[in-house]
Amino acid sequence: MVNMNGGKALMKALEKEGVKEVFGLPGGANLPMYDELYKSDIRHILVRHEQSAAHMADGFGRVSRKPGVCFATSGPGATNLLTGIATAQADSAPMVAVTGQVPVKMIGRDAFQESDIIGMSNPSVKYAFQPRKPEEIPEVVKKGFYIAETGRPGPVLLDIPKDVQQNEAEMTFPEEVRVPGYHPWTDVDMINIERAVELLLSSEKPIILAGGGTIISSAFAELQSIAEMLMIPVVTTFKGKGAFPENHPLSLGPIGMHGHAEANKIMTEVDCVLAIGTRFSDRSVGTFEEFERNLKIIHMDVDPAEIGKNQTTQVAVVGDVKASLRVMIKSLLKKALKKSEGNQWLDHVNEVKDYWRENLKLHPGEMSAAKILRKLREVLPKESIVTTEVGQHQMWASLFFDAIHPGTFFSSTGLGTMGWGFPAAIGAKVARPDVPVVDIAGDGSFNMTENSLATSVLEDIPVIVFLVNNFSLGMVAQWQRTFYEKRMIGIDLKKCPDYVKLAESYGAQGIRAQSLDELEKAIKTGLSSNVTTVIDIPIDPEEDVLPFVAPGTSLKEMILPS
Amino acid sequence: MWAILSIRVENKPGILFKVTHLFRSRNFNIDSISVGVMENPEFSKMTITTVGTEKQIAQIVKQLDKMIDTIEVKRLDEKESVYRELVLFKIKLGGASDSTKISNVANTYGAKIHDGHKDSIIVELTSTPDQINAFEESMKPFGILDSARTGVTALQGN
Repeated sequence: MVNMNGGKALMKALEKEGVKEVFGLPGGANLPMYDELYKSDIRHILVRHEQSAAHMADGFGRVSRKPGVCFATSGPGATNLLTGIATAQADSAPMVAVTGQVPVKMIGRDAFQESDIIGMSNPSVKYAFQPRKPEEIPEVVKKGFYIAETGRPGPVLLDIPKDVQQNEAEMTFPEEVRVPGYHPWTDVDMINIERAVELLLSSEKPIILAGGGTIISSAFAELQSIAEMLMIPVVTTFKGKGAFPENHPLSLGPIGMHGHAEANKIMTEVDCVLAIGTRFSDRSVGTFEEFERNLKIIHMDVDPAEIGKNQTTQVAVVGDVKASLRVMIKSLLKKALKKSEGNQWLDHVNEVKDYWRENLKLHPGEMSAAKILRKLREVLPKESIVTTEVGQHQMWASLFFDAIHPGTFFSSTGLGTMGWGFPAAIGAKVARPDVPVVDIAGDGSFNMTENSLATSVLEDIPVIVFLVNNFSLGMVAQWQRTFYEKRMIGIDLKKCPDYVKLAESYGAQGIRAQSLDELEKAIKTGLSSNVTTVIDIPIDPEEDVLPFVAPGTSLKEMILPS
Repeated sequence: MWAILSIRVENKPGILFKVTHLFRSRNFNIDSISVGVMENPEFSKMTITTVGTEKQIAQIVKQLDKMIDTIEVKRLDEKESVYRELVLFKIKLGGASDSTKISNVANTYGAKIHDGHKDSIIVELTSTPDQINAFEESMKPFGILDSARTGVTALQGN
């Protein structure tokens, strides 16, 4: 046991968890912990708005698969974190958010900068702690990391009153903790894996649907082995993009609202789906009832509450998907499998795929979404990490930017948080300084957290912002054109600001690319620079994202470009 | 479909809030809720009755189970369980013979009488929700001035 104040215990406990960086912004109620941060070896990365701190921690967490840590003060500091916390929860990203709180005696008295962040965050965290005594800190940090990174990962909030940071106590740092109501691990479900294998082998038109859980569990090799052993096509959810190489012959790409035409077409024909680590989001499957019609679903997921939540399943395999897939591979190895020759289903799938890859109508302009994103893919090294913002550019990235290396594509897919991509890219770069990191952005989204340019430049964390600029809130504009008879309101951003000048004002590099040649040069310049580069790419504001499965309709009703 | 859920939770502040919040945020209904500390004061037992489709109830149980603060979540089998609720009715004493009439009806339900008040009488019944509803109907003609129900609490035999 050692005597120290709560703030110091927090730093020691974070160091014991291997934390090297925290993203944050100081304020009145977290000054004592910042004073100890000053004395510790942990690097502080200063943000200009707490929401960005949470997104940076989120990006760091998704890439490193270890919780990213963000700090904020009480009240508005904590509420500013909330969007980032909810984003991490929706996408199962590991995070530990540490907020200052007013002193224990002031709680409940509407003190200055007091907010009930425990109550406010309740539905958006995996768990939250509010230690009331300094000696509780080592244990809640240990428990917080354990809960954030095990099972289905998620954000954990530590809300620490100022006096708890300040006061001294005898500290014991536990090596292990017990959380009685938390059982993140289950044994591999051998019986249901066997049933799943039987069902897959007896089906005529099977498919694999890989979700985000495949990436979280890093079951890339296992997924590829099973697809190749069975020679069955693979689609992904949007969150599962990057689970399976999109240049692989068996890959059809993402299904869903803006899925690939071939993926959505084939998905409506299959008789059996092996769904891995997915929660069957409405954006992926369209209407639940139509999706499961005539379809046998094998659902593998680490979270038992996802089984049967949105879709009826024939076989449920609860457990870590990587472990379950390994057992499935062993089981398949013992069986005589159909040879790929004479595989009529796969021949048909390939015909459909070839047809749509050749015949999908694209925007004719030189700087169309397809052309600029394919250019980015061509120039960008395969191991680069890509994040996106939220909107049309995000869906174009899904359609036209192939994720090839495992786990190199990340997006705010669940909450759909505009402004996520740029700070998340900064967090990703902190986790993986050895590879290029690119934020595929839209102007509306980038606008929301563009002040992270200061962090990126001053903290020397260079990334590339690939700014698909249509001078508008493009996705909203598309919906107004499609569903509201072109009554356009609140979507015109009127070429404001000038992103080249904006980048320069922060000390970043700003380049405008108005042709594919200029774009190629700009990407190369960005890749070889040691400062953040914003590539402003003006495009046609009227370009729509197609194909499009309208909300509340089924994949069968996909709208194609005419 | 009516279901009785028996939930053992850690006896800590804020957990009732989290459980009820879960029902609200997942669009489920709480019919009644009763909470009490268990023989081991580390734990509390919550008994929640809810109405939903079979699929919804299965999902509620899973979501409750997923909560870190819940230690054990059971959906009780009605036939194998003892489930009771306590009700208090304050009944108006109108006519001179009301007191006797109320006592007679109360006796047929096995309800207790708490008298000694000038213009009213309080009756207490512990029974199943159905019986309590029936008792309420038979008290209505006298005039129910106020009432309080505890919500169901239950234990399963097997």
